Amino acid sequence: MMNFEVKADPELWEKIGVDVTRLSKMREVLTDLYKKAFLSQKNRPEGMRYFDEVISNIHTGRIREILQAKEEGRPVVGTFCVFVPEEIIVGLEGVCIGLCGGSQGTIPDAEKVLPKNICPLVKSAYGFRIGRVCPYFQVLDVLYGETTCDAKKKNYELYAEELPTYVMEIPQMKRKVDEELWLKEVKAFKEHMEGVAKRSLTEEALHEGIKIINRKRKALQRLNELRMTENPPISGKDVLLINQISFYDDPVRFAEKVEALCEELEERVKRGEGVSERGAVRVMIAGTPMALPNWKVPNIVENSGGIIVYEESCIGSRYFNNLIPEESKDLESMLLNLTRRYMKINCACFTPNEERIQDILSAYERSKAEGIIYYSLAFCHTYNIEAYKVKRACEERGIPFLFIETDYSPEDVGQLQTRIEAFLEQIRERRS
Amino acid sequence: MYLGIDLGSRTIKVCFLSEKGEISFEVVESGYDPLKQALGLIQKYPAKLIVATGYGRHLLKEHLSCEVITEIKAHAFGVRHFFPEARTIIDIGGQDSKVISLDKEGRVARFLMNEKCAAGTGRFLEIMAMSLGYKVSEFGEKALQGRGEIKISSMCTVFAESEVISLKNRGANPLEIARAVHQSVVDKILSMVHRVGVEEKVVFTGGVAKNVAIARLLQEALGLEILIPPHPEITGALGCALYKREQT
Ligand code: SF4
Ligand code: SF4
Repeated sequence: MMNFEVKADPELWEKIGVDVTRLSKMREVLTDLYKKAFLSQKNRPEGMRYFDEVISNIHTGRIREILQAKEEGRPVVGTFCVFVPEEIIVGLEGVCIGLCGGSQGTIPDAEKVLPKNICPLVKSAYGFRIGRVCPYFQVLDVLYGETTCDAKKKNYELYAEELPTYVMEIPQMKRKVDEELWLKEVKAFKEHMEGVAKRSLTEEALHEGIKIINRKRKALQRLNELRMTENPPISGKDVLLINQISFYDDPVRFAEKVEALCEELEERVKRGEGVSERGAVRVMIAGTPMALPNWKVPNIVENSGGIIVYEESCIGSRYFNNLIPEESKDLESMLLNLTRRYMKINCACFTPNEERIQDILSAYERSKAEGIIYYSLAFCHTYNIEAYKVKRACEERGIPFLFIETDYSPEDVGQLQTRIEAFLEQIRERRS
Repeated sequence: MYLGIDLGSRTIKVCFLSEKGEISFEVVESGYDPLKQALGLIQKYPAKLIVATGYGRHLLKEHLSCEVITEIKAHAFGVRHFFPEARTIIDIGGQDSKVISLDKEGRVARFLMNEKCAAGTGRFLEIMAMSLGYKVSEFGEKALQGRGEIKISSMCTVFAESEVISLKNRGANPLEIARAVHQSVVDKILSMVHRVGVEEKVVFTGGVAKNVAIARLLQEALGLEILIPPHPEITGALGCALYKREQT
């Protein structure tokens, strides 16, 4: 497996208008990073091979598949938030790509335009677009934005100058009127999406979309149950990787592969075979999403004798928790069910957001974690401020809590290493 | 014999602890090649007696496969040796500062470290002493001669330095500037102390604990007695040796 590489296809890149020189460099960096972070792990499940393949094809094979879909008349849709209803996109046979912004490399591009003191996720993603380093951006038919945080919201105005962009209004509160607003927005989105797809969303099609995405979320839930077992059969990093991949892989194939992996993991659990050393400290992560290839903190945690057993994040539980009931088959009730399912995503952009604290506390219990690392990207005000309430709730219950605010740059790795190691030491000391 | 080594970014501290509990130590500059420096100090001892901490601990571990612990844990051990009743540790070293809260059993309950920059560290004081033309060893005493008439508003080392220069150019009393510089470090530390929560006894460690002004200003601001161990800069290294003794 050490001959792994993230593949290149300069011809294809040229054709879709990617900056070939830069992407060539970037894929070398990604190859190295991936080998170090993932392929060096001991005792990895066989089923991870597929996901290694996906990463290897991230800039080539998958792009060819998407171009093929485009030729068949299927729309290619980019999103930045787990609020954009994937069921509708998939129901209309669209290809849904959750765009990522987890790399330091494109931040200087973005900073030519955007202020320095905003969240690195926003900067990185925008840098990928204007630096033309991301093949996915190059093949999009439309970008769906949303009104969640200010940084993203205002950034969509700039995206709109680059490519067709449509912004959904996400409510900021959870009252009845907000649910009504969201239902209207979901309907408007459906209409817009129908225009893009040049077809209308039939009841069967939406039902099919719901089933496909439910299956994908269910597979991720099953994986999550397995990673929470006493002697986890898979590393937290691998689970994060799978969640990251769920944002751009074909949903049906992806679900099948995750299910197959789960079968292997169930066998492992039966045999009592785990990935980490006995006594590894069980850590739960809560906070802002870690987009590909942002593996900085999980790397430190799992190289220092910890294992991540839960991730309360949008590339984690906030994405796969809650399904849409499959019983109703008429359009109105399916859209209402969909609306309600999405209203249960407890993003820090909402106020008040007590449900999120409850979610975190119950996930902590369920996962038998021994401490919580609250992860906030720098300048993400909503998650950053909410950290205080989560911290207080943890302290009241004697839950070890570590707050980390960081970005994608390597300069604080040494310091984070010390803080995370000390946190794990602190937990071990409490055991005895 | 147990041996603790603290590979800091500016200095390396080695502490020897005999079976009888006698402590001796050595402090050297980290220099260009800290690993070589460190190995030079300890190579005659078997790795199984050594515990390393500090910024370079993993580097040493790769070479010696010795045990490592974090500075946080090392300080908890080192402080408890002199002050078993300690509940709060304030450590200000060359490149970082931290505040550690211990529970009744002396275990680490919470801790905070400074952000990535040098504000609130020994390095900041060094740079400021230099730009005022004072020796580091006398900087604290000079500061105590100021009456606290000036305030430096910038926390950032680079901006604070230009603030100091412009104060100098305007003819401000250098003793007052020195005082203001110390106050700014103390303010930075206090904000960490308040976040962690302070309980007696409070112990001050790290090289900066030898600076009389910082200790005095902290004591005044907190209204609590601040305890300082003998040779506060070797607390981490000593903690490592003590930890090893407890393990064996
Ligand atoms: S954190 Fe909030 S804004 Fe970001 S993807 Fe999740 S729901 Fe959307
Ligand atoms: S991490 Fe925070 S600031 Fe960044 S995009 Fe998400 S919600 Fe916005």
